[in-house]
Amino acid sequence: MMSGTVVDSGSPTAAVPDELSGQILDEDEDFEVFCKDSTFTDGGSLNASMQTSPGSMVNQYKFEEEEEQPDTKDIFVTVDNPESHVTAIETFITYRVLTKTTRSEFDSSEYEVRRRYQDFFWLKSKLEEAHPTLIVHPLPEKFVMKGMVERFNNDFIETRKRALHKFLNRIAEHPILSCSEDFKIFLTAQAWELASHKKQGPGLLSRMGDTVRAVAASVRGVRNRPEEFNDIQDYVESFSQKMTSLDKITQRIIREKKEYLEELRECGPTYTLWSGSEEELVEPLKQMAGCLDRCCRETEEQVQQLGNNLLPILHEYVLCTETLKAVLRRRDNIQAEFEAKNEALATKRTDTEADPKVLSLAWESLVGKDPEEAKQQKHQKLKGEIKEMKEEIDKLEDKLEFANNTLKGDWGRWKKSMRADLRAAFINTAEKNVEHYEKCLAVWESFLLSQRTEANEGDDGDRDDS
Amino acid sequence: MMADTGSEEIAVIGNTDLTPSELENNIKNTMVEKGATLLKRMEINVAEAEKRTGKNAVSMQETYTVYLIETRAVDPSSEGANPAPPDSLWRRYSEFELLRNYLLVTYSFVVVPPLPEKRAEFVWHKLSADNMDPDFVERRRVGLENFLLRVASHPVLSNDKIFYSFLTQEQGWKEVVFETGFQAKSDSRLKALNATFRVKNPDKRFAEMKHYGDELQSVISQLLRVRARVADRLYGVYKVHGNYGRVFSEWSAIEREMGDGLQSAGHHMDAYAASVDDILEEEEHYADQLKEYLFYTEALRAVCRKHELCQFELEMAAQDLTSKKQQREELATGTVRTFSLKGMTSKLFGQETPEQREAKIKTLESQIEEGEEMVKDKNAESEEFVKNAWVDIERFREQKDRDLKEALISYAIMQISMCKKGIQVWSNAKECFSKM
Repeated sequence: MMSGTVVDSGSPTAAVPDELSGQILDEDEDFEVFCKDSTFTDGGSLNASMQTSPGSMVNQYKFEEEEEQPDTKDIFVTVDNPESHVTAIETFITYRVLTKTTRSEFDSSEYEVRRRYQDFFWLKSKLEEAHPTLIVHPLPEKFVMKGMVERFNNDFIETRKRALHKFLNRIAEHPILSCSEDFKIFLTAQAWELASHKKQGPGLLSRMGDTVRAVAASVRGVRNRPEEFNDIQDYVESFSQKMTSLDKITQRIIREKKEYLEELRECGPTYTLWSGSEEELVEPLKQMAGCLDRCCRETEEQVQQLGNNLLPILHEYVLCTETLKAVLRRRDNIQAEFEAKNEALATKRTDTEADPKVLSLAWESLVGKDPEEAKQQKHQKLKGEIKEMKEEIDKLEDKLEFANNTLKGDWGRWKKSMRADLRAAFINTAEKNVEHYEKCLAVWESFLLSQRTEANEGDDGDRDDS
Repeated sequence: MMADTGSEEIAVIGNTDLTPSELENNIKNTMVEKGATLLKRMEINVAEAEKRTGKNAVSMQETYTVYLIETRAVDPSSEGANPAPPDSLWRRYSEFELLRNYLLVTYSFVVVPPLPEKRAEFVWHKLSADNMDPDFVERRRVGLENFLLRVASHPVLSNDKIFYSFLTQEQGWKEVVFETGFQAKSDSRLKALNATFRVKNPDKRFAEMKHYGDELQSVISQLLRVRARVADRLYGVYKVHGNYGRVFSEWSAIEREMGDGLQSAGHHMDAYAASVDDILEEEEHYADQLKEYLFYTEALRAVCRKHELCQFELEMAAQDLTSKKQQREELATGTVRTFSLKGMTSKLFGQETPEQREAKIKTLESQIEEGEEMVKDKNAESEEFVKNAWVDIERFREQKDRDLKEALISYAIMQISMCKKGIQVWSNAKECFSKM
């Protein structure tokens, strides 16, 4: 379903559905207009057939307001089962992508396909192309640079798999992105179908044209960025720094814990060694060794948890900030384009005011035209050009407004899910740490208990209560 | 750790919720019970430590630390009424060393309690390697008190007059010690300890004990080394969490709804990072308990060596006696059974005159008489030594088993306390995160 705006959930949720659903319908009409003109709408992946009834639009809207109730979710995607493929040229991993859906756009209710990283990357590019100012959740990185083991070790594959799963699920949860044709094809097409679909789309020249325009726009720069986007920009800068720091800190903690674990591992065996020389102390020493060994195992688990839960999420949000910066840039470019065209119009208008004096009259007489007629012709021509430009500018203005609104809406959405994600990740970490300490506590308490029962059994005669 | 230095009440034993300092008390109280004499009559504390400067033996300025020893007679009849103020005097570490050397020499059959280490070893953090570091001084104070209590509760050592005057006589104690002439014995003792000699028939128990002492020394050293490395790493882990505190605080500044939760979570991270200092401070106490027994192994080894020395001297005396007896026999019967240069020369150059022989026999006989006395004495000495030393070794063994078991228990208690703190901090943090 295509709603032209995504509700800004930064504002207090006092909305009355009836009122607003009316509003959505209006905007949807506007949206229809955009749909017909392919030059500045979101690429080829939005088309009329994707529109659904107003009823389900309201459903989607509700989906926005109330925090992702499971009963409104109508598409479920899982990524699992990594498999290695070896060809003559390369080795790569494919992942199974399972889809279950009740959406009418899908011919069937269940799909199973295999995809490789390249395919995910293609999907992301298409989505960003089609929706330049929507925030697409980041993919895991293509390569891992930081001196890790080779690409295909199990931890790496597992982490990547989870990230890809999250990537697809975020899209599936997104009211606009989940309706993307490319997304549908990604989920449903067989390998050869996908390959042939990938080859379609705007040709090389047209894509080059887009790129040139984008570069020109970014060089030109934006004159009057609205305050709210400046605020978002500032926020993204700071947020990026914080996430990077947290990522680094967490990595450091994991490193330190691993080194601690290495040393701790030597304690148990030393106590066991000691017990070999003793008589009375054999039992307590052996039990001590046992306790230390158990604590080692608990610590090992704790370190793993940290690496599997907190670290990937922090890392994802570091990548998110790159996405956010790109989205802001693209919005800026749209605004820059609009501003440029406006300036051009202003220039043309001043041209019109000015008299088409000496040179052109001279030319006219050379060619043998009637000066008055020539003047009229010129005037008409200019007026025509101005009218065209105005039409273009109107379209650009609409495009800009659309871009701004979608960004604002998606920004609110993004902030909400960021908050939920990070809150959950930190809560989870705290819980795991509490668990860790509780388990170690139990270990030492059992040690105390065993020593005291021994003491009570053995020493009753010696104890002197006075 | 020995915070309550003023009172030495006998704690109730059998209490199951013990803190490390309560366990310390237990060890002390066991000292009182197990047949000690002095400690029953007298309270002993090393209450304070102070820095002093003065001129040393070569007239150079030096800074040193002195420790205040407080003693008070225990009078059961005055229980409950205001106790009399304690007597006190100041002693420095070198005087403790002097006392200990005296005891080592005078009671060679006793496993003499060790002093706390002279220099900080097995340190986990560069800071505490400094002798002037207040934490080190404090731990040393505790160690010195422990030493005095151990001596005062020893069935033999506690009766020593020099020890008593160490505790009570401010002036002139050093002179009194030197007057005993122990210094000379000390030098020869050291020589003997380091000499190599072979004993033919050592008491098996002592040989085993010596072997045990070596093993214990090796394993405790290893344990202390490992512990120091573990402590170092643990410190790192906790401290890095402090960075979370800083970043959460900065992050909270740019967030609206999440700000409060983040900010307070950050505080808990700071608290977590700070908590490691106390944790490791307490663990140091455990390390000190291990160190005491590490140093005890030296004393144990010394007793075993002393036995070997006694035995060696006995064997030498016996051997000497045997060879003299043999010589006498040869001379008396005229047969040369053993090869000797004398025998050879007499064969080559002719026998001695009967008068010469008579003279020789007479000398030998008096030597033999002396030798027999010597052997008897040495035998008695050795037996006496073995008897007394083995009693003390048994006493030591029981003490060691008790103390080390308590030490392990106190370690477990510390770990429990550390876990509880961890649970609290992270539970609090979790609550704060929920408010994000």
